Amino acid sequence: MEYEAVIGLEVHVQVKTESKIFSSVGVGFGAQPNSLTDPVVLGFPGVLPVINREAVEKSIKVGMLLNGSIPRVTKWDRKNYFYPDSPKNYQISQFDQPICSGGELEIELKGPSRNVMGEHKTIALTRAHLEEDVGKLIHLENESLVDFNRAGTPLLEIVSQPDMHTPEEAYAYLTALKMLLIYGEVSDCDMEKGQLRCDANVSVRPVGQKELGVKVEIKNLNSISGVRNGLAYEIERQIQVLEGGGTLAQETRGWDAAKGMTYHMRSKEESHDYRYFPDPDLMPVRIDHQWRDRLHASLPEKPFDRQRRYFDAYGLPYTLTSVLISDPELCHFFEEAAKRAKRPRQAANWIVNNLLGELGRAGLTLSESKVFPDQIAQLVNLIGEGVISKNLAKERVFPEMFKTGDNPAAIVQARGLGQSESAEDLEKICSEIVQANPDAVAEVLSGNKKAINFLKGRVMRATRGKANPALVGSLLEELIAEKG
Amino acid sequence: MRDPHSFDIDYVAHLARLELTSQERERFSAQLGDILQHFAQLDEVDVSSVEPMAHAFPVENVFREDKSEPGLSPERALENTPRKRKNMVQVPKVVEG
Repeated sequence: MEYEAVIGLEVHVQVKTESKIFSSVGVGFGAQPNSLTDPVVLGFPGVLPVINREAVEKSIKVGMLLNGSIPRVTKWDRKNYFYPDSPKNYQISQFDQPICSGGELEIELKGPSRNVMGEHKTIALTRAHLEEDVGKLIHLENESLVDFNRAGTPLLEIVSQPDMHTPEEAYAYLTALKMLLIYGEVSDCDMEKGQLRCDANVSVRPVGQKELGVKVEIKNLNSISGVRNGLAYEIERQIQVLEGGGTLAQETRGWDAAKGMTYHMRSKEESHDYRYFPDPDLMPVRIDHQWRDRLHASLPEKPFDRQRRYFDAYGLPYTLTSVLISDPELCHFFEEAAKRAKRPRQAANWIVNNLLGELGRAGLTLSESKVFPDQIAQLVNLIGEGVISKNLAKERVFPEMFKTGDNPAAIVQARGLGQSESAEDLEKICSEIVQANPDAVAEVLSGNKKAINFLKGRVMRATRGKANPALVGSLLEELIAEKG
Repeated sequence: MRDPHSFDIDYVAHLARLELTSQERERFSAQLGDILQHFAQLDEVDVSSVEPMAHAFPVENVFREDKSEPGLSPERALENTPRKRKNMVQVPKVVEG
């Protein structure tokens, strides 16, 4: 029998703020255990939580970027449960009036090859709600240790509908969501630091069946490839159970990335009854038109919209755009260069293929680059005007720009790299080389086309690499043809 | 429909992670029943024309600006913690989830 998987994702993203969501102690990763707490975070008696405006604004922006509906009024509720990671025995979350309802996310599936765009789809969302993160448990042999540093970090939970059917779609969803959140400056989405975490709900059903199969929740899918691998494993496991005549239990399973398998954590019977009720300490938030408009005006261009603009405005090929749009800073760099480059596509090429390559080899980030966008434009223009050849730019000029941060024109001047301005000069040199090497000429004439490279090399040496190789090639061909 | 004022004392105790003796079960059942009875009187008020609200006070949009201040030192934060280790609260081993 053919089976189809049905997948929904719950993504938790830490909203980037300076202080916690309900009090003013700082947030951070990797600090000394329990050094980022205060009486509100620890839920001491008599404390009053007050919501962080920035966390609310950034969450509304996420809702807008996801085309969700932002309510007129949003409020917070207490989700009651006992677990050592929750110092108050309840988590402040949102139940019936979340900060965003509905929404959708555009995703791109993997294309048939690296330079071909994949299929785009829209995944429907259920909601997004803003809550507080909980503490972190460290499990030892016979006990667990609790660090409350993470508790109270603003955490936005984005819930998709069961609208995906393959691990690849889930992977694409997470990739697209991460990119959108980075564009919105909502989070750096560093999964290793727990800034972005993902749980999945997955079931399988025979193809064609309408009713959903038994749902299993997978936790700890804490890397983008973990989501793909964990889902692939779990879908296969469920199909095998059904194929073997077994039945599936509704349960929560964990993903063990090291073993490459999911394991049972708890069954549905142990699931929680959270007894939500409105948090009496927190006043509702009303989002009026003025506020809404202001936030709307501050939204960034979305990644795929930007990519489409790059196709239309600059005629960039897919491969270049896909590298550029993965990093907003890189996009900015490119657009600055494109403003002055007469051939923006060439500028994109230099940035993606040469600058990123050199930065990678040197172990530097873009912000550490000594080459500025304007200098990329200058380089592109020098090549366009025929002052230097592409080869010379690549071999001599660009490496020096990268090392020193000097302007390309200054490097060309200082090193005497300008291509001989007069075509007559070059023709004269070519003619001399042809005269001086009758053997090679004879070989070319006898049909060995490759022999022309020897002559080309002589010309390049005579011009100290300044000549345009394509021009040299055609000049030599003309001169040799005259001999024939 | 289930009577909104009935309850299962064992379930409530389980959710609160409490172990009750049989005497406690009886005593707390009676007390909790009285509380729910008291609240049941509120059901008699006709609120059909009142919009549901989470708060009685018409106060909205109480915010803090996103500025951080120093919090408690780990020593101070854990002052009342009965068992601690490496500046962390030590608890019986719990299953992850």
